[in-house]
Amino acid sequence: MNATNRNEILALRRAILEIDVNNHPGVMSHVVGLFSRRAFNVEGILCMPVGGGSHSRIWLLVNEDGRLAQLIRQLEKLEDVQTVRRHGANHAVFERLEDFFKA
Amino acid sequence: MTETLTGAQITVRLLERQGIRTITGIPGGAILPIYDALSASSRIRHVLARHEQGAGFMAQGMARVSGQPAVCLASSGPGATNLLTALADAKLDSIPLVAITGQVPRAMIGTDAFQEVDTYGLSVPVTKHNFLASSADELLEIIPRAFRIAASGRPGPVLVDIPKDVQNQAIDIAEWPAPGCPDPVPAVAPGPIAEAAALINAAARPILYLGGGVIHSGAAGTALQLAEQASLPTVMTLMGLGALPVDHPLSLGMLGMHAARYTNLALDECDLLIAVGARFDDRATGKVTHFCPQAKVIHIDIDPAELDKIKTARVGIAGDVAKVLAALLPAVRPTPRTAWLERVESLKARFPRRLTHLDNPLSHFGLIRCIAACLDDQAIIATDVGQHQMWVAQAYPLRRPRQWLTSGGLGTMGFGLPAAIGAALAEPERTVVCFTGDGSILMNIQELITAAEEKANIKVVLMDNASLGLVHQQQALFYGKRIYASRFHAAPDFAGLARACGIKAVDLDHHPNPCAGLLDAINARGPWLIHASIDANEMVYPMVPPGAANREMIGH
Ligand SMILES: Cc1ncc(C[n+]2csc(CCOP(=O)(O)OP(=O)(O)O)c2C)c(N)n1
Repeated sequence: MNATNRNEILALRRAILEIDVNNHPGVMSHVVGLFSRRAFNVEGILCMPVGGGSHSRIWLLVNEDGRLAQLIRQLEKLEDVQTVRRHGANHAVFERLEDFFKA
Repeated sequence: MTETLTGAQITVRLLERQGIRTITGIPGGAILPIYDALSASSRIRHVLARHEQGAGFMAQGMARVSGQPAVCLASSGPGATNLLTALADAKLDSIPLVAITGQVPRAMIGTDAFQEVDTYGLSVPVTKHNFLASSADELLEIIPRAFRIAASGRPGPVLVDIPKDVQNQAIDIAEWPAPGCPDPVPAVAPGPIAEAAALINAAARPILYLGGGVIHSGAAGTALQLAEQASLPTVMTLMGLGALPVDHPLSLGMLGMHAARYTNLALDECDLLIAVGARFDDRATGKVTHFCPQAKVIHIDIDPAELDKIKTARVGIAGDVAKVLAALLPAVRPTPRTAWLERVESLKARFPRRLTHLDNPLSHFGLIRCIAACLDDQAIIATDVGQHQMWVAQAYPLRRPRQWLTSGGLGTMGFGLPAAIGAALAEPERTVVCFTGDGSILMNIQELITAAEEKANIKVVLMDNASLGLVHQQQALFYGKRIYASRFHAAPDFAGLARACGIKAVDLDHHPNPCAGLLDAINARGPWLIHASIDANEMVYPMVPPGAANREMIGH
C-alpha cells in the first residue's frame, strides 16, 4: 500500500473535533467521559486556554465510526460546551505535533 | 441592605427564594453547617429519610407529581454514594432534581480525608450537570443555575457539592440573584411542521407513539386533541402511561415487551409512526430493525440527540412537544380513517389483552382491579420493579398525566416506597398507592418509619410471591427452569414488620372479606401496608422474548 493510500484510509477512518468549552477543572472529565463511557477510544487530546482564560479549546483526534454523530450531539448538550466543530483527519493541528511524539 | 451570611445560610436562602418548601435528606458532619442554617428556616420543612437513597427517591416522588425540581441533601462520602442510584434513576427518566451534598473542606480534598469521596467525579455520568462549589460567592451563581438546568429542555438531576469551609465562609451580600427558571422553549420552525402534517394527512395506517416527554411538557391534552382530530390509534411507553386515558377508544395501551398482542401487531402494520417525547427504548421496540418495518417516522423530542439515535426519522423535530403538537394541529386534516380503525378493532378482537381472574382479589389482576375500584383518578399510583410493576402497567386504568410513578429507564427496585412518600408529601390531599413486591420492598423498607413519622397517606400493596418474581420468570422461560437465587426461603412477617414500624397493616390472605379489608385500608387516612400472597408461578404475559421482534410474543 503506498503512502497516499494509507493517508486516504486514515482520513476516512479518523476525525478531528474542535470543542470550545468553559475553562474549569471538571470540563475535561465531562467531555472525555462521554467517550470512555461508550468504550470509544480517543486517540489524541489537546487542550489550551483561549482568550482571557475563561474558555478553553479542546482538540480530539478520534476514530470515525457510526456512533460519532451521536457523540457530537451529546457533546453539544453538555452545559460547559459552547461549540463543536468537526474536521477531517488531515487537519494540521495534530500533524504539526508529530515532532513531539517521535519514539 | 447588606447582610453578612455564610455559604450555608446563602444556600438555604437561595432554596427558599426558589420556592422550595420541603427537602429530604440525612445530615452528617460535612453538611452540618447547612443543616444548622436550615434549622433557622421557617419556610422549608426537612423530612428526615432513613437512607439517602430513600431521600433521593422521595425527592423524585415530589418532582414526578409536581413537575418542579425537588431537593435532597446528603453528607459527604457514604451519604453521597448512597444518593447515586436515585440520581441515576432520575437521569434515565428525565426527572428534575437538585441534590446538595456536603464535602470535606477544600484544603482536605485529595487527601483521603475522613468521609472524602470524589462526589463530583462519581456523579458526572449520572447527572445532567454537576458543580463543586469553590466559594460562598459562587453559590449565588450555581444554585439558581442548578435549578435552571434541572428544569430546562429535557429535565434531569443536578448535583451541587459544597465543601464544609465554603458552607462556613461568610460574605457580604447586597443583592440576590433571580431564582433559576427553565429556559424558554425554542420557537417551532414552520418547515418541518408542514412536512409532518403532510405525512400524517397522507398516511393510511398511522400510529401515535407517546413517551414520558409528553408528560414532562404537559402535552397530554394536545396529544389527545391530535389523536382525535386525525383518528390516530395511540400507544404509550411505560413512562407515557396516563398521557391518554387507557380506556379511550383510540388508546392501544402500552407498547413493547409486555404490550397486548394487538398493540404490537397494529404497530407492525402501521405506515406512519408519530413518536412524541419517546426515545425508542429497547423494551418498547423489541428488535429494532423489525420495529414498525413499514413505517415512515416522525420524531418530535426536546432533546436533539434523541433524533436519529435509534431509528432514522423522515421528519425529525427538535422542540418542546406541547408547542410542536399545538403547531401541528391546524395543519392536520380531520379524518375519520374508518378502514384503519376497523382494522385495529379487528386486531383488538382477535388478539385481546387477557386479564384473568378479575373477580378474585387474591389474584394479581383481581387485586389491582379491586384497588382501582376503591379509588378515583385523583389517586397516584407508584410501583416498584418486577412482575407486579408490569401487571399494574397492564391492568390499572391510568387516566391522567402524573398519576403514574414508576422507575422506567433504570428499573430500580426500592423506588416505590420512598417515591410514594415523596408524592404524598407534595400532594397530601391525594391517596398514593404503592404496588410493590416482597423483593423490592426490602430494598428501602426502612422508609416505612419515615412514612409513619410523616403520617404520609400511602397504601403499600405488597404482592408477595416469596420470590424475585421477574427473575424467577426469566429462569423458568429462558434458563431451562433452573430456578436459582430467586426464591426466598426466609421472609419476615410483613404485616408484623409494618406494625413494628408504626404502620397499620392488613393481611388479605386470611381475611374473611378481602375487598372490604382493602376498602377500609384505603379509606382510612395515613400509611397502611396491605399484604396479599401471589402465586410465584404466575407470569407476565404476553411477552416479547429478549432479542426478538415485537410481533413474536409468547404466552397468552
Ligand atoms: C436494585 C435492583 N436490583 C436487581 C434488579 C433485578 N431485578 C429486576 S426485577 C427483580 C425481582 C423483583 O422482585 P419483587 O420486587 O419481589 O417483584 P416481583 O417480580 O416478584 O413482582 C430483580 C431482582 C433490579 N431491577 N433492581
